[in-house]
Amino acid sequence: MAAADNNPAAILAAEAEARSGAGPGGPAAPAGPRGRGPRGRDTTAYLRYAGGKLGGALVSMFAVLVTSFFLFRLIPGDPVKQMTGGRRVSAEQLAAMRQEFGLDDPVWKQFTDYVGNVLTGDFGTSYQFHAPVMDKITEALGPTLWLTGTAYVLYTVIGIWLGTRTAWRNGRLGDRFHTGLALTLYSVPSFWLGLLLIITFSVGAGPLPGLFPTGGMESGDETGFAYVLDVAHHMVLPVLTLVAVGYAQTLLVMRSSLLDEMGGDYLTTARAKGLRDDLVRRRHAVPNALLPTVTLMFVNLGTVVAGAILVETVFSWPGLGGLFYQALSVPDLPLVQGLFFVFATAVILMNTVADVIYPLFDPRVGR
Amino acid sequence: MTSDTAATAATPAAAKSPRALARARRRHSAVRFWRAYRTHKAGLIGLGTLVVIALAALFAPLLVGADAQSVTDAPGEAMRAPTGEFPLGTDQFGRDLLALLVWGARISLTVGLLAAFLSVAIGTVVGITAGHFRGWYATVIMRVTDWFLVMPTLVLAIALASVMDRSLWTIVVAIGVTTWPTTARLVRAQTLAVESRPYIERAQALGGGHGHIMTRHVLPNVMPLVLAQTTLVISSAILTEATLAFLGLGDPTVVSWGGLLQDAREAGAVSAGDWWYLAPPGIAIAVVALAFTLCGRAVESVLNPRLGVTR
Repeated sequence: MAAADNNPAAILAAEAEARSGAGPGGPAAPAGPRGRGPRGRDTTAYLRYAGGKLGGALVSMFAVLVTSFFLFRLIPGDPVKQMTGGRRVSAEQLAAMRQEFGLDDPVWKQFTDYVGNVLTGDFGTSYQFHAPVMDKITEALGPTLWLTGTAYVLYTVIGIWLGTRTAWRNGRLGDRFHTGLALTLYSVPSFWLGLLLIITFSVGAGPLPGLFPTGGMESGDETGFAYVLDVAHHMVLPVLTLVAVGYAQTLLVMRSSLLDEMGGDYLTTARAKGLRDDLVRRRHAVPNALLPTVTLMFVNLGTVVAGAILVETVFSWPGLGGLFYQALSVPDLPLVQGLFFVFATAVILMNTVADVIYPLFDPRVGR
Repeated sequence: MTSDTAATAATPAAAKSPRALARARRRHSAVRFWRAYRTHKAGLIGLGTLVVIALAALFAPLLVGADAQSVTDAPGEAMRAPTGEFPLGTDQFGRDLLALLVWGARISLTVGLLAAFLSVAIGTVVGITAGHFRGWYATVIMRVTDWFLVMPTLVLAIALASVMDRSLWTIVVAIGVTTWPTTARLVRAQTLAVESRPYIERAQALGGGHGHIMTRHVLPNVMPLVLAQTTLVISSAILTEATLAFLGLGDPTVVSWGGLLQDAREAGAVSAGDWWYLAPPGIAIAVVALAFTLCGRAVESVLNPRLGVTR
């Protein structure tokens, strides 16, 4: 959202919307203080808006660089001591290491070197794996996208579908049940749910045999179609965990924004025209109510990359989240730093995409 | 909500003094609030649950004994499934898990509440000042807020907790400084809405300074929103605390629910299928988080924070 936006009502509406998923203020959303006309034909205004958002994203990216540099380099004391981790090292070796990592240079020099390296895709070398951080990240990116992407698609679809149904049947038993269930699952720690699923379905509880593997992504000896089935088999429990804790938010936003729309006069009009209830919902109410959900979908998309640290750890999934946990327990600073950068970048990127394309869905937003 | 206590002493017999009027009005609105809140069944259930758990946490030493956390003179054998003597079983040191669960409530609630208050306090101050002052200050501060808003909260909290010492305060600070931006944005929006009303202009015309307007006019008006936000932040703070403790970033010397889960995992409870060790702490976390969420939603729908929106 624009920092220089000084139209209180518009901000309030946008924020209430982003938070509780209320509608975008209805058709009465006031025009900006400068009295702009309809935005649809005003391409330059849109380009200026999009450019502003992109510029903001660049500023944010720079801030991420600054943070990842200072947070991990200046706070934990002497990185060389961290690297050697208590092993006996001679003073000459320490000096050589300081030289190698450029730790004797002035801070600004270290920082410009760091920025230059990151821009060329060089995040340094992992202490733990003795391999370039970039390689470890690209290696783990695929499994993460595969796992969290599947979960993302599932919980978005389920959340929208259930949110629509519960709002339309507002107050009935089904609505109360689904809202209650979603809120409960939303309050459950994801790693705990994962552990319980492992106990129940992998280790086997009571008469139940171990149906699914306890962790990992593949058994190792399969090829071709059998390999695909094997990976799918490994994915069941982690995806189930992610979907269970994830769909609640989409459901609640979709539900409340549809509830907001349901009082709208245009729905009464649609009904007065003699449209069936089903069509009123599908053609009139849902498309409007989807707008806040679209925002949420993009916000969630940014967290797809970072969203599964716990679940990946619990299920030993060979993705970025599991890697982050491993790096953290050493601590493997270059790897932590690189992953931090990747996670933050993904969120910023997706938020920017959402900001830029949102006015195309809803012409009331954007300038 | 803000200065009731100060007003009490200064009220003379006459009911016409402004302070007495204000007090009566506050009492009246508190009663009205409670009447409306009472109609939310889910909110009442949440509140009741919280009262029970808070009492259990407060009286933990009386309920389960003060030495429940001691590893050296543990009362039972290690890793025993629930029996009559130990209704939830024992951990790898032979400690009573029920007692640990009750003690854990103290840490989890304390950290959750402190972190939420820190987060909401930062958010409120930033939000009100960013809404009140215009120009470069607001621009800069909102840039910073936006930046914090896009950072993956958990990743940042983990990073902060991992570079600081292992202590409860680290967890509180890590959660507090990473979760305030949502509150700041909400409070700023509400501040802008409040400040566009005529009575602010009147106050300015009568010579009210920045501090007076922010604390006397804006703050009371954003308090309902802040209150609702606090209850919601608490539940996510408790979840984050459990997550950080589970990752081994918590204070190793105290027992918290997340720490219990980590202990369980390290003791091999997962591969041994010891669900009785794992289930209770997670249920406790979920129940408290859910209770706060239910309260928060009830408060939110009673107060309707979108007061200033034209509709």
